[in-house]
Amino acid sequence: MNGPWWATLRRELTLIWRSPADMVQPLFFFMVVVSLFPLGLSPKPELLALVAPGVVWVAALLAVMLSLDGLFRRDQESGALDQMLTAPVVSVLPVSAKLLAHWLLTGLPLALLAPLLGYMMQLPVPALATLTYSVLLGTPTLTVIGAIGAALTVGLNRGGILLALLILPLYVPVLVFGAGVVRAAVDGSPTQGLLAVLGALLALALSLGPLAVAMGLRISAGD
Amino acid sequence: MWNTLKRWYHQLGSPRYFYRFADIVLPWLWPLALIVLAIGLVWGLAYAPVERYQGDSYRIIYLHVPASSGALMGYIAMGVAGLVCLVWRMKMAEVMLKALAPFGAVLAAVSLISGAIWGKPTWGTYWQWDARLTSMLILLFMYLGVMVLQSAIRDPRQAARAASLLALVGVINVVIVKYSVEWLNTLHQGATLNLFSESSINPAMKYPLLISMLGMWLLYAANVLMRARAEVLSRERRSGWVRKLVEGH
Repeated sequence: MNGPWWATLRRELTLIWRSPADMVQPLFFFMVVVSLFPLGLSPKPELLALVAPGVVWVAALLAVMLSLDGLFRRDQESGALDQMLTAPVVSVLPVSAKLLAHWLLTGLPLALLAPLLGYMMQLPVPALATLTYSVLLGTPTLTVIGAIGAALTVGLNRGGILLALLILPLYVPVLVFGAGVVRAAVDGSPTQGLLAVLGALLALALSLGPLAVAMGLRISAGD
Repeated sequence: MWNTLKRWYHQLGSPRYFYRFADIVLPWLWPLALIVLAIGLVWGLAYAPVERYQGDSYRIIYLHVPASSGALMGYIAMGVAGLVCLVWRMKMAEVMLKALAPFGAVLAAVSLISGAIWGKPTWGTYWQWDARLTSMLILLFMYLGVMVLQSAIRDPRQAARAASLLALVGVINVVIVKYSVEWLNTLHQGATLNLFSESSINPAMKYPLLISMLGMWLLYAANVLMRARAEVLSRERRSGWVRKLVEGH
């Protein structure tokens, strides 16, 4: 429990924990965006249940994306990022610890909040479990893919909208399968296959993603 | 054979040699591309037989398929250039990556627009969230993403390396997007051209299609060479050979 990986994980968790606003903001955003839809569309339960999988998923995806904008910025401003890249360990190690910490304090709470919002969007109760599983399996993939974009835009001062342009197209598969599996659950079709595909995307993101993030950070640091 | 290829690869990796090569090839490539494309289009639009079910409206295939294939191949080529750029840090791969994006994005847009025009008489709608249409739209977004990222970073080498990584991730994404949206119901007709087995298209319609595809790819190649040549000049503006070229002695 003392290696560089654990040290980075502890540091990141402490940092996020001590500025709870950063952690709460994406959750708050998630709730606000979802609650705009019944007001904008119509509060009819049948209509809401129809659009709920997509609405909850799009809102979760945007929340993850917005939370990633500052992922490396503070470290870059303080110089900690350069230390991380020049440290005598493979930079994939601290990067993966950072991503895990970020997911634990944003993606995981989003997944826990999702069934509540799904219920408010009139999703049938049996589908709520599937919604939770899908967000649980999907958000780590979103975090990893988004971190590639955050790494590439870390040095640029108009990061926010640029980040969205870069990574939203990359989020399409997760959105399609994530919302698709919830729709399947609403229809009463089998969901294991689609959940397995989400898991496969997660495996792909976890195996190649941290390498790409580390490489993106090196490129941004102008190696 | 292998050694010749290797020598070519290394020679074209040198900006100066590449500039000379592009200077010799371009005056021939432009007219060749335009002539081949014109032959394919005129043959297809005016002389190819009428399709039994779609009538004359199918003829837009002679623009639609070349544009779509060009857009797809261009992005794959960008991924390859990106890989070379990240692994071997080859300068010319960076130049190529930048040169490939604009025309590829134009082709993706042409493919979408011509597809919409074709869709109205055959499917009764300009737009449908069908698997192939959606993939092409996402491909267009990813072309734009690479271009936006490249223009946001001032240092050209750093911009090229960042775009390389994005293009590589993008290539993986194109494949996954294509299969993921096939879960939605597909309206698009299956592929009618097949290199390795019998095509389901009549030969009288196939040959003009192949010729216009070839013409479009040549046009793309000419555009890329021209952009790359300009980029080489601007990157190497401080080097001796460019000064000599500009001052003319």
